[in-house]
Amino acid sequence: MSEGITALSDATFDEHVKAADTVVLVDFWAEWCGPCKMIAPVLEEISAEHEGKIEIVKLNIDENLDVTRRYEVMSIPTLMLFKDGEPVERIIGARGKAQLLQELQAYL
Amino acid sequence: MPETHQVVILGSGPAGLTAAIYTARANLLPFVVEGEPSSTSDQPGGQLMLTTEVENYPGFVDGVLGPDLMTRFRDQAARFGAQFLTRKAVRVDFSSRPFRVWTESTEGEPDILAEVLIVATGAQALMLNVPGEARLMGHGVSTCATCDGFFFRNQKIAVVGGGDSALEEASFLTRFGESVTVIHRRKELRASKIMQDRAFANDKIDFLWDTVVTEVLGEGKVSGVGLTNTVTGEKSTLDASGVFVAIGHVPNTGLFAGHLDMDENGYIKTTDGTRTSVDGVFACGDVQDHVYRQAITASGSGCMAAIDAERWLEARGEA
Repeated sequence: MSEGITALSDATFDEHVKAADTVVLVDFWAEWCGPCKMIAPVLEEISAEHEGKIEIVKLNIDENLDVTRRYEVMSIPTLMLFKDGEPVERIIGARGKAQLLQELQAYL
Repeated sequence: MPETHQVVILGSGPAGLTAAIYTARANLLPFVVEGEPSSTSDQPGGQLMLTTEVENYPGFVDGVLGPDLMTRFRDQAARFGAQFLTRKAVRVDFSSRPFRVWTESTEGEPDILAEVLIVATGAQALMLNVPGEARLMGHGVSTCATCDGFFFRNQKIAVVGGGDSALEEASFLTRFGESVTVIHRRKELRASKIMQDRAFANDKIDFLWDTVVTEVLGEGKVSGVGLTNTVTGEKSTLDASGVFVAIGHVPNTGLFAGHLDMDENGYIKTTDGTRTSVDGVFACGDVQDHVYRQAITASGSGCMAAIDAERWLEARGEA
């Protein structure tokens, strides 16, 4: 996918999210999830337009069950926003760009 | 003012995209307001985006995945010049031509103008509207079996409903769940014979008849459902960690209230093919059909709307 969206794994997740200079939005997704595919381009746009304010990463839940279970993700797409390594916001279900930006506004 | 499109299509399921293919091939440069991503069927591509294998769409001998089928429809429309806007219409005004459509905001000037408008906004899944359902959405309550079935591996799953979509979800969910219980408010299923036979033959699926869900139970996540037997009035609970709701559909027509005539259930009334109560506005697919509701019938009526729209423009010397 685009350069703006890094794929994290169980092994890299904690360090990456804690070390980030900005808030980190994690996209929990899977290959077989239609709505996840629909929001992927939206996330790429937001990532490009708000560079330096938010880092968007993705985690394939099929391959990374530890992190997925730890945050009790039970529905995808789920977007979780982390600030200083701690989860501060959880957005469940796909939505359009305008609505997503509105929900993230406080952190941008 | 924005430019006026000859044809604007609202919706991008089988009906809207077939109308787009036909009007694009007629050089009418259709402009498709395709909707916005969502985890309900109210999204670009429509209800098929939440399904898996489609086995009854003619031409696909071995079946085709719903989202793949819709991607093909969209690519085919784009190939002939259809344009797409990934937003939802939020307001319309059909009182004069060109027809006016707002997608950015309901305030101010419209951002889209249309000589002819084709409404194909489809239908979306009904929810139960019982206590606990909204609170536990995404925590065990799901509108998308294909998205969320994975999370219920070796767990107990409840499916509410008795139509084809309920049985399709139930069959799909047996891939993951330890057991799947179909909860239906009547004693007989609405689903087609082939889906019923398949479900009855699947030993992971059992049925609770004459039963309605009155509550979704659980603190942070779903632990079960509260039930009432509609015949005896007896109350009970069923343990489940996943609840999938498939109890039918409502047309996406709230936007058109006061602009187009509808029946008592909110479906747009069509006459003479796909004509609505406004001259120059046509409707196709599930938004005007609560009887057949198939991809192929939606597609067929999308074709009709395209031809009706083209002839309507021709008759005015505009095409």
